[in-house]
Amino acid sequence: MTTRFFGAPVKRNEDRKLLTGQALFIDDVELPGMLHAAFLRSQAAHARIARIDVSRALQRPGVVAVYTADDYGDYWQRGPLLVPPPPIPGSVFNLRTQVPLAKDKVRHVGEPLAVVVAESRYIAEDALDDIDVDLEPLPAVIDLEAALRPGSALVHDDLGSNVSAHVHQSKGDYRAAAANAHLVIKRRFAYEHGISSTIETRGVVAHWEARSQHMTIWDTTQAPVFVRNGLAAVLGLGERQVRVIAPFVGGGFGPKIMMFYPEEVALPWISMRLNRPVKWIEDRLEHFFATTHERGQIHDAEIAVAHDGRILGVKDVFLHDGGAYDPYGLTVPINSQCTLLGPYVVPAYDSTFTAVFTNLPIVTPYRGAGRQHGVFVIERLLDLAAHELNIDPAEIRRRNLIPADAFPYKNGIIYQDFSVLEYDSGNYEPVLDQALQAIDYSGFRQEQEKLRAQGRHVGIGIACYVEGTGIGPYEGAKVQVQANGKVSVATGIGTQGQGHFTSFAQIVADQLGVDVTDVDIVTGDTDQFYWGAGTFASRGAVVAGNAVNEASRAVRQKALKLASDAFECAEEDLVLADGKISIVGIPEKFLSLGELARRANPMRGAVKPGTEPGLESTQYFGPPSGATANGVHAMIVEVDPDTFDIRILKYVVVHDCGTVINPLILEGQIHGGVAQGIGNAFYEKLVFDDQGQLLNASLADYLLPTALDVPRMQLGHTVTPSPLNPLGIKGAGEAGAIPVGPLFAQAIEDALQLKEKNVELLEIPLSPSRIFELIKASVP
Amino acid sequence: MQPDRHEISVSVNGTPYRRSIESRMLLSDFLRHDLLLAGTHVGCEHGVCGACTVLLDGAPIRSCLMLAVQANGHELSTIEGLASNAGELSPVQKAMHDHHGLQCGYCTPGILMTMTAFLKQNPQPSEDEVREVLSGNLCRCTGYQHIVDAMMAAAQAMRAAAP
Amino acid sequence: MKPAPFKYIAASSLDHALSLKAEHGDEARFLAGGQSLVPAMNFRLARPAVVIDINGLDDLAGIDHGPTIRVGALTRYCALEQDNGFLRSCPLFADALPHIAHPQIRNRGTIGGNLSHADPASELPAVAVAMEARMRLKSAGGERQLATSEFFQGSLTTDLAADEMLVDVEFPALPPLSGSCFMEVARRRGDFAIAGVAAIVTLDTEGRYAKVRLALCGVGETPFDASEAAASLIGEPCTDRPIKAAAAAIQAAIEPAGNVHASADYQRHLAGVLAQRAIRTAYQRAANAA
Repeated sequence: MTTRFFGAPVKRNEDRKLLTGQALFIDDVELPGMLHAAFLRSQAAHARIARIDVSRALQRPGVVAVYTADDYGDYWQRGPLLVPPPPIPGSVFNLRTQVPLAKDKVRHVGEPLAVVVAESRYIAEDALDDIDVDLEPLPAVIDLEAALRPGSALVHDDLGSNVSAHVHQSKGDYRAAAANAHLVIKRRFAYEHGISSTIETRGVVAHWEARSQHMTIWDTTQAPVFVRNGLAAVLGLGERQVRVIAPFVGGGFGPKIMMFYPEEVALPWISMRLNRPVKWIEDRLEHFFATTHERGQIHDAEIAVAHDGRILGVKDVFLHDGGAYDPYGLTVPINSQCTLLGPYVVPAYDSTFTAVFTNLPIVTPYRGAGRQHGVFVIERLLDLAAHELNIDPAEIRRRNLIPADAFPYKNGIIYQDFSVLEYDSGNYEPVLDQALQAIDYSGFRQEQEKLRAQGRHVGIGIACYVEGTGIGPYEGAKVQVQANGKVSVATGIGTQGQGHFTSFAQIVADQLGVDVTDVDIVTGDTDQFYWGAGTFASRGAVVAGNAVNEASRAVRQKALKLASDAFECAEEDLVLADGKISIVGIPEKFLSLGELARRANPMRGAVKPGTEPGLESTQYFGPPSGATANGVHAMIVEVDPDTFDIRILKYVVVHDCGTVINPLILEGQIHGGVAQGIGNAFYEKLVFDDQGQLLNASLADYLLPTALDVPRMQLGHTVTPSPLNPLGIKGAGEAGAIPVGPLFAQAIEDALQLKEKNVELLEIPLSPSRIFELIKASVP
Repeated sequence: MQPDRHEISVSVNGTPYRRSIESRMLLSDFLRHDLLLAGTHVGCEHGVCGACTVLLDGAPIRSCLMLAVQANGHELSTIEGLASNAGELSPVQKAMHDHHGLQCGYCTPGILMTMTAFLKQNPQPSEDEVREVLSGNLCRCTGYQHIVDAMMAAAQAMRAAAP
Repeated sequence: MKPAPFKYIAASSLDHALSLKAEHGDEARFLAGGQSLVPAMNFRLARPAVVIDINGLDDLAGIDHGPTIRVGALTRYCALEQDNGFLRSCPLFADALPHIAHPQIRNRGTIGGNLSHADPASELPAVAVAMEARMRLKSAGGERQLATSEFFQGSLTTDLAADEMLVDVEFPALPPLSGSCFMEVARRRGDFAIAGVAAIVTLDTEGRYAKVRLALCGVGETPFDASEAAASLIGEPCTDRPIKAAAAAIQAAIEPAGNVHASADYQRHLAGVLAQRAIRTAYQRAANAA
């Protein structure tokens, strides 16, 4: 096999449709007779539902139906547990999943109470105003610490507390490590994450065809196969009666994989009931409440270090805001817990977390999925230790990196994929070196003195991280050569801009000797590929990519076998290139792949027993565990000492995600991740009041970074292939977003010389106002 | 209250359309769901994200902040009209492809329309000027760098092609 | 996020528009650029029963460059940005306009819509206050002209009666030896100001402050006229001490409320920082003009 495309910056196959406005997104689905749904959402964070009266709404012209929880009857079921908790001894997990429409009480602002179905979305929204709702307010559970105090109001009354989960994991003996330490530093850290704010909001279109007894659901989900299986079960249909299509999806980043969002439950049911297609498109206001968030954690963490800065142990006790329901089990806090260990040798680790139910929207993984929180804590602890010990921040990191000969490196605690956290491979120091060189770390220190003398406040930050990627269970792919010589590939994952139509095509093109543009990829259509898990946890390229590779190899073998039979020669004497198979040295004697595909499906004659027709193969791939990527970000920032506004002067990312399929796509993933990281670190904050009301539910006040806020980034790569999959790939989707918080804190502290003022930046997000307030508070 | 309806005539990408619409119909919804020109995307419906940007008499505007009835008698341009009839991508479209300036592609139509108008008026922009104009279009996937690269390249291509 | 139903009427003349407004009063809203009204309608925060579209009233748009500069209410931001003569006469606009949202918004939004909307964090109300603009209001029954102090009554509130429209704004020409500066801090380019300052400094022949006009946006219920607080500068040379004293007086005079992006103290702090910077820059520009 030649690698003409694998590893090359191939331009994307999917671009043309997107650039000409021809790609099908969910709101582009138009069906005859289609109705439109709008949801009445709770204005209160916590309240008992005294009464919902929909009678006036039903009288409005154009309104077809209005439903509340009572109308659902037996269809009203809590959502499933999406990710069961890993088997960690002694852990507590209290399962309380979301409901399809609120019954008895509401538990967060935006929780749906009723759904209106009308001839247009405009009329449906009019009718929302016609519904009379009496909510009897209850005290809102917002503050994480107050939520755990005796006497707190309860999000789930039957539970007796607001504890969603409690988990303790440890390795080594932290107490002994601390006792022997040269220095122990203890701080409280607060880290808030935000909302994905995909530019396309969510949406569902359901179309029940009574004649064929078949349901088609277009859904902006990242996991169409699971949605199909789940919905078929609750609708009382066979899985073959339900087709879920995730069309072009305008950004995912995690929150578009849920089971189920209330709207996913409602629309198919409504379509069956009314025997008409129904559409619901989330509007931007709804997105702030109805799509899941990622939010705050409070860490009380300490680090025990030797006099030379070596980590002897880390202890962390943290609270995690899970929101009103916990369908995702422990995924987010366990990512925080595990990722805190970073690329460092941490001989002793003692970590306990409590996930807390609050009267706020549900928390589920969003790009980084809790990893940021852990990385912030360890990186800041190292900065504090470096300062106390008078060691350079880059140097203290270097001294603690896991050495190259220590892989696979076992971390001894359980990860989100149920296996013991083990870094499969890595070579960390060259990544740090490359980043320091790219940012000219030593040169900067001299430059900094000069600039300071001119009254300019510039600072540098450097942060390291690892990212567990590419976890199981599995993905599959069907690769099929068609009679026209083009190759069709179907896989079960959904795609939201990651370039799967190209990166997977590159894998296939090399195996089958065709051009990358002759490979047509279908993702996210359960009728095209039946099995799969979904696009999450930086796993698409790793898991589905390897499945595509396996299936392509099998087709290649099949093609060579067919050709060797036809030419009556050995397979070794054949060349597969340019869409045809020829005999070595006799290029004019060939069979095209299309012709071979035709021959693989003969009209007459006998085939040998055991022969599968068609030039096609379906293969699955499941890695034994996740592949661990790693990287280092470095940044130089200038801060206006009076307004505390910032300007990023230089931003460097050096990253190792194993073998690279398409460097252009990889760059895009990193750039986008960093942009979201910058948003998280300095711009995006969900501001709730103590009643659980979101005070900035608009894109005018929830600040996504613009082209002026995201700097030009300089990227570098090292390659340490993963031994866990034949292609050596590690995931890259989340890497850019993970270490940006500590980077900002460190660089801003440096720029304003805050350590000298006894100001420490121990929270994210930061803002000019917040920096001003912290400095003000430090002045006696 | 009876819906308040109006007869309007608009030209979109050179094609005339005549429709009866309700006065509250947003221009974005009209283009997408009445004319079935769904390439224009809707991201926020309050004028911030820029996905719905179209050209009104040649100037970029937010189609979510305009009533369709207001477009009566005006000329609109949308993403569907950018490529040539033969399907050849415009320089801005092509540069976006060449430089991997799009990922999920949802914000792309608004960016193409904004930048097409901008580059026509500013054939030799600096990177800062490109970023300044681009700051009215939010993209959640790309971090903007490849879009900026694409626009610099498109400007160059357009200058080279200019008579 | 779709607007509630309303009756749409495209006004055929100013008289038509005013008579419609007289008929429908507070139930009706004028639709100019729509860049504030339509989002409010999409959120259903505004639910006018009648929308009177004045975009066809070409007489309301345009800039009269006479001895006093008169800008029609329907003049769009982009038209102001592209009129070099106007920007030379009213240089505060050259500084302020780029801070207003983004080009797509500036292609539609109008000066009259902006001032009538009276968002205290918006740039142009402060510019109008600093420039001692006069606002001409018309109704079917007559017209009147107001100073900005009379026009701006509170957050999103003006002295416009239910039957009135702001039809134009007059900007007196700057005296000789004047310089101006607008600057603001917002979280992102195009966002509303956390704090912003519009300053006009006029010098005497000795290079001392002869007149200082200063207005702030974002730090109160209305654009804040800080000229009185800055009056201590009059007669002073351009040195640090009087500028700092004026900034301190401004900080003491304003009453910022804080918001999701900024604490009140930070806003107050910024007001001082920006006032100093804007005064210095305006002074420098005045000196350069001399």
